[in-house]
Amino acid sequence: MGRKKSPVSEGILKGEFFMSGDIACAEGALSAGCRFFAGYPITPATEIAERMAERMPQLGGVYIQMEDEIASMNAVLGASWGGLRAMTATSGPGFSLMMENLGLGIMTETPCVLVNVQRGGPSTGLPTLVGQGDMMQARWGTHGVYEIIALSPSSPQEFFDLTVRAFNLAEKYRIPVLVMADEVVGHMTERVVIPEEVPYFPRRKPNFPPGDYSSFQPGEDLIPPMANAGEGYHIHVTGLTHDERGYPVTDEITQERLVRRLVEKIRGYKKDIIILEEKGVEGAEVVVCSYGISARVGLWAVELARREGIKAGMLRLLTVWPFPQERIREVASKVKAFVVPEINYGQIALEVERSTGGRAEVIPISHMGGGLYEPEDILKAIRKAAR
Amino acid sequence: MNYWRKPLDIERIKLPRGKVYLIEERCKGCNFCIEFCPVGVLAASERFNAKGYHLPYPQNEEACTNCGLCEVICPEFAIYSLPRDGKEEEPRE
Amino acid sequence: MSQVEKPTVVPLEHPRESLLREERLPHIWCSGCGIGTALNCFIGALERSGLPLDKVAIVSGIGCTGRAAGYIKLDSFHTTHGRAIPFATGLRLANPELKVVIFSGDGDLIAIGGNHFIHAARRNIDMTVICVNNFNYGMTGGQAGPTTPAMAKTATSPYGNSEHPFNLPYLAAASGAVYVARWTTLHVRRLERALTEALLKEGFSFVEVISPCPTYFDRMNRLGEGLDMMKFYRESSEIAHGLDPRKADIDLGGKIIVGKFIDIEKPTYLDFQQEIQARMEGEPS
Repeated sequence: MGRKKSPVSEGILKGEFFMSGDIACAEGALSAGCRFFAGYPITPATEIAERMAERMPQLGGVYIQMEDEIASMNAVLGASWGGLRAMTATSGPGFSLMMENLGLGIMTETPCVLVNVQRGGPSTGLPTLVGQGDMMQARWGTHGVYEIIALSPSSPQEFFDLTVRAFNLAEKYRIPVLVMADEVVGHMTERVVIPEEVPYFPRRKPNFPPGDYSSFQPGEDLIPPMANAGEGYHIHVTGLTHDERGYPVTDEITQERLVRRLVEKIRGYKKDIIILEEKGVEGAEVVVCSYGISARVGLWAVELARREGIKAGMLRLLTVWPFPQERIREVASKVKAFVVPEINYGQIALEVERSTGGRAEVIPISHMGGGLYEPEDILKAIRKAAR
Repeated sequence: MNYWRKPLDIERIKLPRGKVYLIEERCKGCNFCIEFCPVGVLAASERFNAKGYHLPYPQNEEACTNCGLCEVICPEFAIYSLPRDGKEEEPRE
Repeated sequence: MSQVEKPTVVPLEHPRESLLREERLPHIWCSGCGIGTALNCFIGALERSGLPLDKVAIVSGIGCTGRAAGYIKLDSFHTTHGRAIPFATGLRLANPELKVVIFSGDGDLIAIGGNHFIHAARRNIDMTVICVNNFNYGMTGGQAGPTTPAMAKTATSPYGNSEHPFNLPYLAAASGAVYVARWTTLHVRRLERALTEALLKEGFSFVEVISPCPTYFDRMNRLGEGLDMMKFYRESSEIAHGLDPRKADIDLGGKIIVGKFIDIEKPTYLDFQQEIQARMEGEPS
């Protein structure tokens, strides 16, 4: 797999490699301390599972292939409460099956990572070909009121980096974090540099004895410390609306207190959570706003536009959810238009439109999946918007 | 005609003695304890708790052997027995 | 009933209090329901087992029995409908020190969670599954489920159920469980013993507990109160240890075969993992 053999200390790779996005994702997880993977084979995410099956035993971690994606998601939640950093990886149909228990993870504030290497849909759709149609599902796929964190890589290197980041955000905010990749990023092979050390946010442990502990009593930062199973705290964890002790209390007041906190603990930290990459946004007339593989094509289109003398800029969403509406609004007051290419019929484009508040035009560029845009498609829209 | 065999040590063995305790507010009046007490200690009383369930009471407390069946068959964790006087008999395991 | 009633209430603690979240009692289950008795026996079994209780985790799904986890003062997880077993699988594998027990109902474990049930048994994951079977979905109002006997009336089979039920001991055994027993909520002593054995068994152990549902199933089938069902168990249970579980079908109003059907040894999932680990370490790289 590696072009260069790198020294392996304690089984974690370090150095420069030539690897696919899926493999980089798996290695990113391992570098971040992930020691539990549960999954179910599905194209185009299977390579992550295969890599984990090979690597986990080398690192004393657990790989288990479950009977379906519902089970995989649940095993991941269970493993997190068992004290391990845990993840699963899937694609469209499997992502749909995970939705219910993604909600359990949100409600029970269970840190874990869920990777979706998106393919064309709906249904079985295009198993081997690219899509970005699950972006709204990532935001709204499980029922109820909540916030979610979703990251979107545009390259194998970024797939590595954002997987590491996903684990840290998951622990920091006690929430399942989604890595919304796509088939092209998953399968493309590029140079990936694995650093000596990656950032590590440890689990927030209670610093008081079992008797004084309420499993869901938040600190001032709205996030409760987390005792794992087997530590003597006798925690109770339920998907029902619950009080600070974790006991079910199904009434309006408890719902208000709990769910508002679950939302606010993400909304209140958007500055920390959101990362954007901007190129030439200041002074631009037209900004291409995109994510994942579409952003790479978009960036090339921006380059072409600039060569033609058009003041074009690029705003790439590495964090898609929570949505950076404040920044979009700011930019909207200075530009004529946003061009939003994505491999769906306009999902993030709607968010951009909402965020601009009518201050700038929003031009969605839609593609039903199975392939990528030509930069020319995006360039045409940029030219038109700049006129 | 019965042919019960008499245990050889019947004279030496003291029967354990127990006393029944009820946590009234938990009782839901299912009557399992009354029906299945092997020595008929309990009976239904006319008293009822705050939720309106009729409570059992020990009409024949002397007979209690502290076998603990009421305790384990009770779905409500509402009834249990302890050794009476606590001296002549060790508590059940 | 005009006897003099001696006060029997004393401010002592119920002997099982230390393992109960007593501030949550009385529990939600109906008068005459057997789930509380099953839980009572389970707590007795936990005490008997001698397991280090800080290392025991209880996982439930959804439904009446699914609430059990919420009453046990140990690490306890009330998950989503049908998903207790895969959640427990993750918990168990992440921390091999844990003893993981799934305490849930027939609809939860066998209908919506049926796939997880058979696969966990097949893998021989080290866990104890306790299934309280009351032949219907109590929480939602008494609908037909995977164990509802043929022709039985429920809220969704008002003219009689036209499906065959699963025979749970047979299903568990066929799927690979290493310990399989069935008792009713009447057989409290035997049930407690079986649960103790199951807790101490390595591998996938399964205990079915037949329970009354006086509010729905028993009422709709004119079977009487909870107490009537308990009397019925006394009359109609037949103990048959070691019986081929395929002969343990339950028909409406028919006899209930109880006993320990399976108790075998087989490598567990973790045994295989350890063997693989040992091989990897033995191999020159």
